[in-house]
Amino acid sequence: MKWETLVQYKWGMMTPEFIILGVATILSLIDLFMPRGKDRRLLAWFAFVGVAIAFVSVIGLLPAKTASILYDTFRLDAFAKAFKLLLLAGAALVLLLALDYKPKEGIKYRGEFYYLFLTALLGAMMMTSSGDLITLFVGLELLSVSSYILAGLRKTYRLSNESAMKYVINGGISTAMTLFGMSYVFGLTGSTNLKKIAVQLSTLTDGGQQYLLALAFLILFVGLSFKLASVPFHMWAPDVYQGAPTPVTAFLSVVSKTAGFVIVLRLFITIFAAAPSHGKDPSSMLLSMQDYIAFLAGATMIIGNTIALKQRNVKRLFAYSSIAHAGYVLVGFAAMSWVMVDSIWFYFVAYLLMNLGAFAILQVISDQSGSEDISHFAGLYKRNPFMAMTMGIFLLSLAGIPGTAGFIGKVNIFLGAFMTEPAHYVLAAIMIATTVVSYVYYFGLFTQIFFRATAEHEPIKLPLGVTIVVIVCAVGTILFGIIPSLAYNFLDQFQHFGDFLQ
Amino acid sequence: MNGTYFLSLIIFSPLLGIILLAFVPKTQEQTIKLLGFLATLPSLILALFAFVQYLRGYDLNRLAEKHNWIHFGKFSFLTESTFAVDYELNVDGFALVMIVLTALLATLAAVASIHIKKEWKGYFMLFLLLEIGMLGVFAAGNLLLFFIFFEITLIPMFFLIGKWGYFEKEKAAYSYLIYNGIGSAILLIVILILFARTGTSNISLLKEMLHNPAAKAQLIAPISNDLQYGLFIALLVAFGVKLPIVPLHRWMLRVHVQAPPSIVMLHSGVLLKIGAFGLIRFGLGLFPEQFRHFALFIAILGVVNLLYGAFLAFTQDDFKMVLAYSSISHMGIVLIGLGALNEAGIQGAIFQVVSHGFISALLFLLVSIFYERAHTTMLGNLGGAAKAMPLTAGFLLAGAMASLGLPGMSGFISEFTAFLGLFKVAPIIAAIGTIGIIMTAAYLLRAVLNITYGTAKRDYREVVDIQVIEIVPVLVLLGLIIFIGVYPHILAHPLQATIETMLDGLGG
Repeated sequence: MKWETLVQYKWGMMTPEFIILGVATILSLIDLFMPRGKDRRLLAWFAFVGVAIAFVSVIGLLPAKTASILYDTFRLDAFAKAFKLLLLAGAALVLLLALDYKPKEGIKYRGEFYYLFLTALLGAMMMTSSGDLITLFVGLELLSVSSYILAGLRKTYRLSNESAMKYVINGGISTAMTLFGMSYVFGLTGSTNLKKIAVQLSTLTDGGQQYLLALAFLILFVGLSFKLASVPFHMWAPDVYQGAPTPVTAFLSVVSKTAGFVIVLRLFITIFAAAPSHGKDPSSMLLSMQDYIAFLAGATMIIGNTIALKQRNVKRLFAYSSIAHAGYVLVGFAAMSWVMVDSIWFYFVAYLLMNLGAFAILQVISDQSGSEDISHFAGLYKRNPFMAMTMGIFLLSLAGIPGTAGFIGKVNIFLGAFMTEPAHYVLAAIMIATTVVSYVYYFGLFTQIFFRATAEHEPIKLPLGVTIVVIVCAVGTILFGIIPSLAYNFLDQFQHFGDFLQ
Repeated sequence: MNGTYFLSLIIFSPLLGIILLAFVPKTQEQTIKLLGFLATLPSLILALFAFVQYLRGYDLNRLAEKHNWIHFGKFSFLTESTFAVDYELNVDGFALVMIVLTALLATLAAVASIHIKKEWKGYFMLFLLLEIGMLGVFAAGNLLLFFIFFEITLIPMFFLIGKWGYFEKEKAAYSYLIYNGIGSAILLIVILILFARTGTSNISLLKEMLHNPAAKAQLIAPISNDLQYGLFIALLVAFGVKLPIVPLHRWMLRVHVQAPPSIVMLHSGVLLKIGAFGLIRFGLGLFPEQFRHFALFIAILGVVNLLYGAFLAFTQDDFKMVLAYSSISHMGIVLIGLGALNEAGIQGAIFQVVSHGFISALLFLLVSIFYERAHTTMLGNLGGAAKAMPLTAGFLLAGAMASLGLPGMSGFISEFTAFLGLFKVAPIIAAIGTIGIIMTAAYLLRAVLNITYGTAKRDYREVVDIQVIEIVPVLVLLGLIIFIGVYPHILAHPLQATIETMLDGLGG
């Protein structure tokens, strides 16, 4: 590659990525030269400001036309912009949680804590913009490897070690499967560029090759379900969530999951939508595989919601709850209606707000009591009414009660499922039934917070960073629940992500 | 689109009370109770004002409100209003009567809440939120808004039962949550299927879309005949949980016994009626053809409800359980009237909805007055109350008379018209149903006599009779029950237009 061609690229569209990369590099250097024992919490603010600037730069890029650079490996389209905003917002809130994270034994590697979030975020952002299997995979691995280390950051805490170990091993298996699936696609088309693959596959007429492609689809989906924490790769979630430091758990359940859906949407819609198949819809492999996705979505919702009923450890409970929510989003994907990407995006806005808010409260309580048992929530209403009220809002939203963002998100997903012909009645029925099941455990937390008395009467103090997160999330949850047009008017400018395949 | 905010004002004025309450220190018992009571008044005054104006010929359509709210995606190939949900409120005669009923019972229940013993602040905030939900349900102009208000009643009720109830309150709260959660889940599915396939959730537009052949061609996706039947049955189940129709009634017994009586006044007086309202408004309004096919089945369900409730009420030891089964039994009459599917039947059903609202509120008000003094509602432990509390005992007898359908009181009118309707269509079923009326007299008299007469089972010496603050709501309710009984035109007139529209929908 010549220098001249390199300079000609519109590097401006990568500004957000460069900012995150720069901040991460500077942070790691500062951390290296900072004297031991110095308070490193200032670094968190630095990282936060970096993420905030990157967020603003994405907003600045919103009017930019859809384009791609570096031989189509990096694209900036509506999809990338919309999801980058989500990832950045999620990461910013997680950094505020990390700032105030105080486990009982203290945390030794605070510097790493902050810049590893940034590298993980960078990986996720690369995934939203990738137009090539290679960059997609590199982004995925950057996210995964950073997360593996983050999960094990509480070095002297046994569960944290277990968590990191499980995460690495499961992640390794899933990565292998993803790569294996990709190799089929590469073998059939001879290209790693998504657009070229799509063109090649749309002329695929040989029955045997179509069969191979269907196999590749399933293997890829199974491999990627690791990041979504959906069936069949959900088993890691409870153990990893429980052992990892709480901000990391929050990161995994929100940012990492969003990134997982980003790669699923990007990959499957681009490659498989126009590929002919032998299945029920001869013109599209994606539509032919609908039933398989629907089956996995149904299984995810059922498993997540029913096992959550038995949990007494709140982090594990939220692990199963996050599995269930992945299932709901998969319903939106499996329905493949006009509103698919819109509904998934809105659901993640809601999910980000309500889940991060809940994790913020959970972090304060588990830091103070040293355990995540549900009984520590007892009497929260007396000990800190503000926390009790806001936690109430998050739980209502997670349960999908009207007046909260979670409700609108669910309504939109249902709309997608009923809009198509034939409609997905069975899938929707499973979703609504499991939602009612989820009332039991979400309201079980309510019972603890509002009805039960507690022996401890010492009031709980909220640190600054957590307070900001809680307020932002609570206000957002209510606001998007009552005036959802705020988000939908914003979405209008993307015109239903029609430039996805251009 | 216009500038009136009258209906919004009725619905959301309790919100002002919630905000004010937030600033009162939680130990100020008297202030909180007074404020909680005052906060229910604006809705009541405005609702009564609208009602009086309507009786004098005001056109209710002028109260309709509409504001843009949500749109789920704008597509170039669809019209602007497709998949848009507006904030739209409107009322007809039936809805206005229900709003007056709700506002009135809320005020009276706020008075009855003087017996609440702890955490008055949280109690009244949830109480007022519950009122907002109940009022909104009746004024909602589209299905999604209806559902949102419907669910707003769910959460405060869960807390009100679970925190301020009696011994098994948490179990009752969960039972309430799960049953009603399933009911509203089914309702949500029905609403969203209609919304997704027609592109609108406006009730009057939906009627058009479902029945006008020209409009049917414009659906987003087809709605087959089978689907319509499926949706109707789902609606029947969803509202059947709320009403409740017999196999789905277990939760409601627990709530009646465990919730604080002031809340049961609202629960039995208004919340159960939402089930009937929904069945009439949506079951009958949107799916008249399907309703006609199921009419006989619904009438039979009604008779089953009536008899089952009446027979079990006869065997109960707890006065609250007697009243709970009595509610089930009386809701059977609503179903009987609807099953008749003629003018008399529908009128009787709606009359019963309103009349039972007042009667059950009165009875539970008296329960709370009794419980305050005797600390029990078990029939075996009461007795001889007539000597110690002659006034209370008298009111109780009057309430029971109203409930068993004594001529001259509202219960009689509704039972009579409902049965009149059914006798025209299915005389045998109606004849079986009349056994229930006899049973009603039997179980109510048994319970009341047990409480008021006989030897005193406990020491009533230090017990004072009903006090002024308690007597006012009792008199208001009793007065209304007799007034409707003597002058049913006061209800028949506002309901006339609604009933006629429904009969039009049925095609004769």
